Amino acid sequence: MDDPAETARLKILVADDSDSDRLILKSLLKRLGYSVVGAANGRDAVALFQSEVPDIVLLDALMPTMDGMEAARQIKSLAGERLVPLIFVTSLTEPEDLAGCLEAGGDGFLSKPYNPVMIKAKIQAFNRMRLMHQALSDQRDLMHERNRQLQEEQHIARRVFDNVAHTGCLGAPNIRYHASPLSIFSGDVLFASPRPAGGMLVFAGDFTGHGLPAAVGAMPVAESFYGMVAKGFDGSDILREINQKLVRILPKDMFCCGIMVEADFAQNQLKIWNGGLPDTWLLRSPTEQYTLPSRHLPLGILSADQFNADMQSIRSQPGDRLLLMTDGVLECTDSKGQLFGEQGVLHAVESVGGDAHPFDVLMSEIQQFTGQQQFGDDLTLCCLEMVDEAGQAALPDAGELSALAGPTQWQCVYEIRDSTLAEFNPLPLLLHICMEVPGLRRKSGEIYTLLSELYNNALEHGILRLTSEWKYTPEGFDRYYSERATRLSEVDGHYIKFSFHHERMPSGGCLRVVCEDSGRGFDFQNHPVLQATEMAQSGPRYGGRGLALLKRLAKSIHFHNKGNQIEVAYEWFY
Amino acid sequence: MVDKPHLDEEALAELQNVMEDEFETLIHTYLSDSRERIESLKAALNDEDADAVAKTAHSFKGSCINIGAPRLGVLCREVEKAGIEDRLGDAQPVLGSIEEEFQRVAKALHALMAGAPDKRVR
Repeated sequence: MDDPAETARLKILVADDSDSDRLILKSLLKRLGYSVVGAANGRDAVALFQSEVPDIVLLDALMPTMDGMEAARQIKSLAGERLVPLIFVTSLTEPEDLAGCLEAGGDGFLSKPYNPVMIKAKIQAFNRMRLMHQALSDQRDLMHERNRQLQEEQHIARRVFDNVAHTGCLGAPNIRYHASPLSIFSGDVLFASPRPAGGMLVFAGDFTGHGLPAAVGAMPVAESFYGMVAKGFDGSDILREINQKLVRILPKDMFCCGIMVEADFAQNQLKIWNGGLPDTWLLRSPTEQYTLPSRHLPLGILSADQFNADMQSIRSQPGDRLLLMTDGVLECTDSKGQLFGEQGVLHAVESVGGDAHPFDVLMSEIQQFTGQQQFGDDLTLCCLEMVDEAGQAALPDAGELSALAGPTQWQCVYEIRDSTLAEFNPLPLLLHICMEVPGLRRKSGEIYTLLSELYNNALEHGILRLTSEWKYTPEGFDRYYSERATRLSEVDGHYIKFSFHHERMPSGGCLRVVCEDSGRGFDFQNHPVLQATEMAQSGPRYGGRGLALLKRLAKSIHFHNKGNQIEVAYEWFY
Repeated sequence: MVDKPHLDEEALAELQNVMEDEFETLIHTYLSDSRERIESLKAALNDEDADAVAKTAHSFKGSCINIGAPRLGVLCREVEKAGIEDRLGDAQPVLGSIEEEFQRVAKALHALMAGAPDKRVR
């Protein structure tokens, strides 16, 4: 034998009813170095096979008690996945008889009279086959084990991912969505979160590639999105951050197509940024529908100075539905391999009528088209409906009181001026300063609302002198935003100054915020509209809603100077 | 037809080589097996059990070929064939030849064993 050590271990079962034949064969095999066990009939052979576990079996075809054929069948079935070469020793010569031996599970023949050279060669050949089968089985078992480990790891990775990239407020009543349960390994992501001062941000993304690499890219996107929304950043800020992060971490051939939607239910306004995903549909009524195509390159490609995060502003109405989707929708195929495509989406959108929800219509058309109830992994579809703010769950008072007391007696002044007014949103920073006070952290939504009302009023009305009323007609809406952009480029010499003063009170604290702008102000003392209200010192610059909000949140509101300085006091309690 | 030698000297020499000390045991085993088989053949012919005739003759044939008694093997083959083809009348006279041939083979094997030690020395 090739390998003496292996030969020594090889055990061969010999079954022959002829004592002399069995004696010859046993002697032959022993001389070749094998260990041999003998049986005089099929039944003994099967019993010995179980007790001795031989590596190779030599069987006489015709034996009393149980013939070789039946013994072969039982031995093969007992061997299961193990390959035990089974060789018939026979003087049978009829093809049907020989075929019968093979059908019973025989792997080959040895004919009488025995030829030692042939026997040795056959046993070596079958042993090679046995060892190869063993190696393959071992490798297969190893692969199964590795695969099991991999799945377990992915399962754990999935749980970590779910903690980071949770579904946010996708369960809100105004959102319908379909995302594959395996989406993290398909490269699609869908996030939604309420904004601190009301409204919502929704992000849908489609990473190039699949599997873990795509999921790894999705993690920082989720972190940035949820972290920044909670801190009061807007859609553009978050897009810039995500883009910069992805440019840094993703390899060159990987990027992320995405849609960011900022929904302001109070102002009935939508802001959209689409980079590389299919057209988003705005569905107002069966006859009034708009497509919002991609206007940008995907995220993770352009450097920070080339990246354009400007979002398209759209005036909306309650009941408007926004349908956003990833490529998976267009790439659905029917049984003939044809694509669902934009044509399929268009057809679905056009056939929405009556009370049918466009989400349901599109889903059922996709199901009909593909003929499947189950979709591929990489199909994400989301429908966001504009609703009254009242129906929205605002951010709850977040977090528990930190063990650290934090600052209680402090003040600071923060001023931005000139072109920075057009380029920078100071609200997240200002919110961050206030959030250092643990007692205020629980009121982040209220503080953010308060600061953003002050800031937006100072910028848009105080400095830019835009008129709120414009926003309420379709023509005025466009005019408002084009004027805003124009006037923002001419803000040299202007400033907005925030002064904060926080002090401790017996069971809480008081935050005073003075917001001053370089605008012309207004005559807040003699304004006729305001004389009748109890908030006599407010001015017409404030829309009814803004004023009502401030009044509800703040303990007091005062205007100073020529109306370009407003002071609010906000009290909080343990 | 039966032109095979009574004993295949070459095969027997090979067997002696393989079996070494067990050669005599093998020959005795073969001889006693063969006597049993001849009795079985007679009984099966008496019972006119063609299947048993064929099977017994088949096994007997295998042993004869292995031990190096080819002429006896050929005779067994004839009986096996007669059994398969259900011509038991033709098998009866061949059984006589088998008994005759077996006596000759047994004698020759005994002679071989008597001379075997010399052969091995050589």
